[in-house]
Amino acid sequence: MSAGPAADPALELRGVEVALGRRRVLRGLDLALREEEVVLLAGSNGAGKTTALRVASRSIEVTRGEVELGGRPLAAYSRAELARALAVVPQETSLAFAFRVEEVVLMGRTPHLGTFGFESQRDVEIAHRAMRTVGIEALAQRPMNQLSGGERQLALVARALAQEPRVLLLDEPTAHLDLRHRVALLSVVRAFADAGGCVLMVSHDLTLAARHSDRVVLLAEGRVAAEGPAVQVLVPEHLRAVFGVDAEVVEDAGGMPIVLPRRSASPRSGV
Amino acid sequence: MRPTLVRWTGVLVVLVIVLALALGLALASGPSAIALSQVLAALSGGEVEPATADIVLRVRLPRAALAMGVGASLSVSGVLFQALLRNPLADPYVLGVSGGAALGGIVVLSLGAGVGLGYQAVPPAAFVGAVATAVLLFAVAGGRGRLSATHLLLTGVVFNAFASAAIVFLASLSGLSEGASIFLWLIGNLSAARVDVVGWVVAFLFLGLACAMPLARGLNLLTLGEESAQQLGVDVEKHKRVLLGGTSLMVGAAVAAAGLIGFVGLIVPHGLRLMVGPDHRLLIPSSALAGAAFLVVCDTAARTLFDGRELPVGAITALVGGPLFLWLLRRDLRQSFAS
Repeated sequence: MSAGPAADPALELRGVEVALGRRRVLRGLDLALREEEVVLLAGSNGAGKTTALRVASRSIEVTRGEVELGGRPLAAYSRAELARALAVVPQETSLAFAFRVEEVVLMGRTPHLGTFGFESQRDVEIAHRAMRTVGIEALAQRPMNQLSGGERQLALVARALAQEPRVLLLDEPTAHLDLRHRVALLSVVRAFADAGGCVLMVSHDLTLAARHSDRVVLLAEGRVAAEGPAVQVLVPEHLRAVFGVDAEVVEDAGGMPIVLPRRSASPRSGV
Repeated sequence: MRPTLVRWTGVLVVLVIVLALALGLALASGPSAIALSQVLAALSGGEVEPATADIVLRVRLPRAALAMGVGASLSVSGVLFQALLRNPLADPYVLGVSGGAALGGIVVLSLGAGVGLGYQAVPPAAFVGAVATAVLLFAVAGGRGRLSATHLLLTGVVFNAFASAAIVFLASLSGLSEGASIFLWLIGNLSAARVDVVGWVVAFLFLGLACAMPLARGLNLLTLGEESAQQLGVDVEKHKRVLLGGTSLMVGAAVAAAGLIGFVGLIVPHGLRLMVGPDHRLLIPSSALAGAAFLVVCDTAARTLFDGRELPVGAITALVGGPLFLWLLRRDLRQSFAS
């Protein structure tokens, strides 16, 4: 499903280094996403996955390296321009005040609005379409802080879709979801890419996320440890090197890997 | 028109009516009760006894106007601080920004005469004091993350204690003859209702509103956190600068005119959020109207509750606001332990 090598990357990180305080979180990360592509970004806690997403959304500055979106340096975008091109679904959101779901999803229209920021009927329709897509339209009038963690996460996905971006970054979007909603959300992500968008998704749910992705990128210590189709990347050697676990990987009838972690591996071998 | 806009217009119309009623009450009440028909006649230049017209137009109206201006300024400032700090406990008084403004004002009052600065310099000085405190506050709060209730309270307590001490110190040092009025100022009262004072307050209020209203939608997003707001296209730094400037204008003028009236910025926004929701495009103008009405009513109570003796209005607002603050604090702490 992935586009051929001829297509220019929609989002590209080249040699990105980031230091948070004294800790070097990213150490020369190279990552390229093409249109119609879903890329699963996986790795152990602290490997730099969330930092990579924050670099791609210009929420933190890089110490060294380049980031380009649609062939232009990320730094050349205004905040509103960037928000029209790229949307982020965070793991959680802080809710100091009781905004309703519809209001939160409409916030996704911000980069498309004028100075005083009044949404048109069209903006409302786009927001409702986004809520329908993730299946939460019935919750539109409920206050966000009365929803379950999973429902809140879906609302954040709807908000990102309402931005009508070309690139979607998701940070553990399925973490709070039950099985049905996991599958539903991953189908939404797949459909977004099939319609021409591209997706970078951080997830620990390797088996399920991989089968909705075109490519898997394994991060270890701030750089890419392995990259490629799921069957080639999710193999016991890589999993031992990156996560420090002995895992059994079986293939299902369709040839997709099923990852079954068994136990912590004794002394970590190098990557 | 969209249903939302219809509802918003409805809310604002109701609040305008409430404000008109509060104003009517204020003009009619006092040592000599005046019938509402007489009040209306005086306002419209109709036939009334000159003494009655004088009381309504020269005594009660300026004072009510000052109460409205100060009440609106403090309420809107409360809304803005609460959004910027993502905490419903934030209020210019609790945060110590009012204290900083008062200190700025007192510096000019006590020392300014020596360098030829008169009363006209007090509101700008109070503005400078408010800005300095607000900037310090945000520096303490740090760039990222919500200011926890604990930090918010501690910084506020420290700022307030420091400001009060410095005010008393300066007042004694300069032998400010109106020692009693300094203390009245520390509690907050509206007896200095001269026309020029009212003018300052109203001018700064409208400047503040002009800063805040175009950014009201951005404020909604800021309550979700700075990083989220930025990812949705909000220029966070610009919002913070403009809004801090706007609140400091309003707090500066309000404090220069009426001293430290506490908790208005806490009570009014809290009540309104329960009634009209958290959207700042409605919340800001609603708070201006409701805050104006609230302080006019409080001041009327302060003037008339005890025959012949006037309470400082700050005592009334603190009596209402203190318990509310404790209740909100309890809820806030519970939530932060729950999550």
